Amino acid sequence: MPEISPAEWTAILLSLRVAIIATLVATPFGIALAWLLARRDFWGKSVLDAIVHLPLVLPPVVTGYLLLLTFGRKGLVGGFLADHLGIVFSFRWTGAALACGVMAFPLLVRPMRLSIEAIDRRLEQAAETLGAAPWKVFFTVTLPLALPGVLAGMVLGFAKAIGEFGATITFVSNIPGETQTISSAIYSLIQTPDGDAAAGRLVIVSIVLALGALIAAEWFARRATARLHGN
Amino acid sequence: MLRVDIEKKLGEFSLQANFAGEGRVIGLFGASGAGKSSLVNMIAGLLRPDRGTIVIDGETVDDTAAGIHVPTYRRRIGYVFQDARLFPHLSVAQNLDYGRRMNGLAPDPAQHTRVVDLLDIGALLDRRPGKLSGGERQRVALGRALLSRPRLLLLDEPLGALDEARKLEILPYLVRLRDEANVPMVYVSHDAAELRQLATQIVMLKQGRVTSFGGVKVLA
Repeated sequence: MPEISPAEWTAILLSLRVAIIATLVATPFGIALAWLLARRDFWGKSVLDAIVHLPLVLPPVVTGYLLLLTFGRKGLVGGFLADHLGIVFSFRWTGAALACGVMAFPLLVRPMRLSIEAIDRRLEQAAETLGAAPWKVFFTVTLPLALPGVLAGMVLGFAKAIGEFGATITFVSNIPGETQTISSAIYSLIQTPDGDAAAGRLVIVSIVLALGALIAAEWFARRATARLHGN
Repeated sequence: MLRVDIEKKLGEFSLQANFAGEGRVIGLFGASGAGKSSLVNMIAGLLRPDRGTIVIDGETVDDTAAGIHVPTYRRRIGYVFQDARLFPHLSVAQNLDYGRRMNGLAPDPAQHTRVVDLLDIGALLDRRPGKLSGGERQRVALGRALLSRPRLLLLDEPLGALDEARKLEILPYLVRLRDEANVPMVYVSHDAAELRQLATQIVMLKQGRVTSFGGVKVLA
């Protein structure tokens, strides 16, 4: 394979950074939400469930635009964060991470939720009779048993985040070195004369990353089953 | 040591029980559906009575009139379930140590050795629950409950899931437990022979009501 150019490396490394940060920040929220959806009944649960899945079915450009309206400099949340905490999302790589995190969230939550639902609640009861307070039950029984599902969710979320395009380019544009991820770099390259070779290399990188993530997610899912059977 | 005076409606079924146990092993006897498990779950705090009081070792853990309901994890009870419920992600040794860790108790190697020897589970310590036989699993579950140092041990048909040969394998351990472990027990069973060997006092339940109460003779 021909050499990957420095500009392409910049896009690849930025994509990795954006996807890793998006996944790591989304994970605690994902676990909390997965637990809530798996274990609690509350008013508005189906609405919350629908909202979480919204980025999956909404046109990505709409999600990106809504992010721009909310988290842009003039947005309600974005303005507050910029003025009071100095956190700026618009046209920054952090904004790309936010967009990727939101788009990846439904995929990240789903395996976590399924693995929590699969845990035998009678094990949690047993832990309680042994003197474990509810939060200890969560950290010593629920979370360890759900761990393979949590990791699978992280892998899938990561794979989605690294390939995200529509919401990211709408929200933070396509600035080389700041917000130009692999996807937006490919998009620019196909529109450039003689960009085909470079685009091809990035396409191969994308396929390798996506396949790797899917294989990893499958492996974690199998580990989860083995773990629940006590082997 | 245990006083129960409760009422509970579960759908069509209503449970009403009033007894006080002082013996080392209170046998809760009745056919399936008589309300034995519900009663034990209430003593454990997993189920909340509609009305009444439960007193364990002088401490009121349930009193609906006074609004008292001590949560399960603060009742200092041990519970051995019919299906063992060992934690599949932990080794046998970690399962045994779980209650001590959760209660923040100091390690007590002497007590640990005593329980492990009593139940003959020393050879199993490094194994995962998935690799144990039904009888082994139940012995580990007994050990796990004992090592959390409960003031009352609840056993809900601990032999119920085992075949006859396995039952005979576990029964001697239970007798040793009764005579050596010094923890009062509530032993649930629908098997009169089992209770004759183990119980010192019998509470007989029929369709949600206590029909007789007394020595092992009431089983006759």
